[in-house]
Amino acid sequence: MNKYSNTRATLAIAKASFRSIIRSPSAVVFSLAFPLIFILVFANIGGGGVAVDVGVAKGSDTLSPVYTALRKVSVINLITTQTADEMGKNLSKGSIDAIIDIKKNVIDPSQSPVGPQKSPFTVNVQYTTSSSKGAILKSVIVNILNEINSTYQQMSGQMLPPPAAELRETTVSGRAYKYIDFILPGQLGFSLLSSGVFGTAFVFISLRLTLVIKRFFATPVKRYSIVLGEALARLTFSLLGAVFIIMVGHFMFGFTLIHGVVTVLNMLVLSAIGLIIFMGFGFTVSGIAKNESTVPPLSNIITLPQFLLSGTFFSVTAFPKWLQYVSNALPLTHLNNAMRKVAFEGAGLGDVTHQLFILLLWGIGVYAVAVKTFKWE
Amino acid sequence: MAKQPIITVNNLTKNYGDFAAVKGISFEVYEGEIFGLLGPNGAGKTTTLEIIETLREKTSGEVMVDGFSIDKDADSIKKIIGVQLQAAGYYPNLNLSELISLFCGLYGITKTPMEMLEKVALTDKAKAKYKELSGGQKQRFSIATTLINDPRIIFLDEPTTGLDPQARRNLWDLIREIRDNGTTVVITTHYMDEAEVLCDRVAFVDGGHIVGIDTPDHFIDKLLESGFERKKQVKDANLEDVFINLTGKEWREG
Repeated sequence: MNKYSNTRATLAIAKASFRSIIRSPSAVVFSLAFPLIFILVFANIGGGGVAVDVGVAKGSDTLSPVYTALRKVSVINLITTQTADEMGKNLSKGSIDAIIDIKKNVIDPSQSPVGPQKSPFTVNVQYTTSSSKGAILKSVIVNILNEINSTYQQMSGQMLPPPAAELRETTVSGRAYKYIDFILPGQLGFSLLSSGVFGTAFVFISLRLTLVIKRFFATPVKRYSIVLGEALARLTFSLLGAVFIIMVGHFMFGFTLIHGVVTVLNMLVLSAIGLIIFMGFGFTVSGIAKNESTVPPLSNIITLPQFLLSGTFFSVTAFPKWLQYVSNALPLTHLNNAMRKVAFEGAGLGDVTHQLFILLLWGIGVYAVAVKTFKWE
Repeated sequence: MAKQPIITVNNLTKNYGDFAAVKGISFEVYEGEIFGLLGPNGAGKTTTLEIIETLREKTSGEVMVDGFSIDKDADSIKKIIGVQLQAAGYYPNLNLSELISLFCGLYGITKTPMEMLEKVALTDKAKAKYKELSGGQKQRFSIATTLINDPRIIFLDEPTTGLDPQARRNLWDLIREIRDNGTTVVITTHYMDEAEVLCDRVAFVDGGHIVGIDTPDHFIDKLLESGFERKKQVKDANLEDVFINLTGKEWREG
C-alpha cells in the first residue's frame, strides 16, 4: 500500500473548495461585484473636487485676456448656454455661484495718451449669498487682473511704484491623490473581510450541519488538512479577486501603483495576511452559530463596524476623536492604512511594520478564541 | 470454510452524560457476510456503528476491526473501511465526478471517477450535482464513495429508508454484488423483509443491549418451534410482490 499523503488530501480539499467557491453566487458577489460597484460609484462622484459654476453674461467679450485666463482655471466652470433670465434665477437659488460680464471699453484715440484714461476692459461680477463659492472666484479674478494689469502697465510704458510686497508662488510637482487611491484599498479590505468572515463561517457551518465533515472523518484525512485545504482555496480565490480589483482600478480608474508589479505583490502579501486574520473571525462565528441563519447576524456584528469605521469610504481622521480611538483599534483600519501606504506612497512591507504588528496581535487574539469555540460536529 | 471474525465487539458501552445509549454490547461480524443490526429507533444501532467506524469515542469495552484496535489504530481502520452515514450530504456545488475525485484525494487512491460511477450505474450522471439525484441514485452514489478505497468492510446506515420498492430491490442487488466481491457489509435497517432476504446474519438491538444474534432463518424457525402462529395466514405472495408485478421490475429514476 502506498504511503498516505496528507499533502494530497489537503490539495484535494483545496481543489474541491475552490470549485465550490467560484460556483457560489454569494462569494462572487461579495468579493468582486460589491467592491467593484462601490469603486465605480465613488470613483465617479468623488473625483471632481471643487467646481465653481460661473454664468457668462450674453455679450461678454470672450476674446479678452481675462476670459482666456479664466478658462484655463480648472476649478472654474464657465456656463455660456443659459439666458440672462435663467442665470439670474439660478444665481439667486445658488445653483450657479456667480455671473461674470466682461466688457471691452471703447478708447478714444483723440484723447491725450497721458493723464487719466479708461481701462481697456471692465469686469462686472455678481455674487450670491446662496453660495459660498463666490469667494473662490473672487480670489481667482483678483489674481488674474493683477497679472493682466501689471503686464498692461509695463506695455503702456508707465512707471510703477514698487509693490509693497512681492508674491512668489511655487508648486511642488507631486502625484495627484485621486479618490480611487483612497477608495480602492478600502474596498479591497472590505472584500477580504467579507470573504474571510462570511465565506469561512458559511462553509464550515454547512459542512458541519450536512455531515460532510463527519464523512471526511471516516477517511484517513487529518483535521488540519480540512482547515488548511479550505484556507488555501479561499486564499487563492481572494487573491485572484484582489488582482482583478487592482487591475480594474489601475487600468479603468487610474489607481496609482507606484512600483508597478512590486506594489501589486506587496498588496497581495498584505491581502493574504488580512484574509488569514479575518478567517479567524469566520472560524469563531461558525463555532458559535447554531445554524446557518444565525451566521449573517453574527458576521455582521464583526464586519459592519469595520466597514463603517475603518476608513473604507472616508478617512478615519474625519471622525470625532473618541471614535478615532475605536477605529484605530480595528484590524481593517490597519490593513487599509498599510494598503494605502504601499500603493500610493510606495512603501515596502518593512515600512508598515506598525500596522503589521497590530494585525499580528489581532491574529493571535482571534485564533485563540477560534480554537476555543470551533466545533467539528 | 471456517468463519473468520473481521469485527469483534466486546462489552461495548457508550454514555451520553447520564444516558446510557449502549450498555455492554458484544458481537462478531464474519468476513464476507452481510450483517444486519436491527432494532427500533434509539436502540443504539447508529451509536454502535459510529464507534466501530472510529467516528465516536466509546465509554468502555473493546472493538477490533480486521485486527486493528479502535483505540490504537483508528487511522489504519479508516483506510480499510467504507462508511455511508445516515442522511449525510456531500460537498456543495460539486458534480458526482468531482466528488469522487475529492474522495480519491482523501483516501490517497488513484482511480478515475468513471470507473467508480460505473460500479453503481451512474456514469450518465457524472456531471450532475448530488442534490439533483433521486433517492435511489443518492444512495447508490453514497455506496460508490464507500468503495473508493477497496475497503474490507463497508457500513451502510439505513440505506433503503425512503426508497420505492424498485429502487430498494435494485440496491439489494448492488449490496449482494459487493458482498460477492469479497467485501463484508454491515447494515442497519428498519425493514424486516429486507433483513430477511439480504442479511446472512442479524443482531437485534434493543435498549442498548443485544437481544439475539443468528441467521434470519434460524430466528424464524426457533420462533415457530416455540409455537408462534401468525394471526393471519400468510399467502405465498405479499402486497409488495403485487406492486412489483403491476409496476414492473425495472428501476425508475426520479
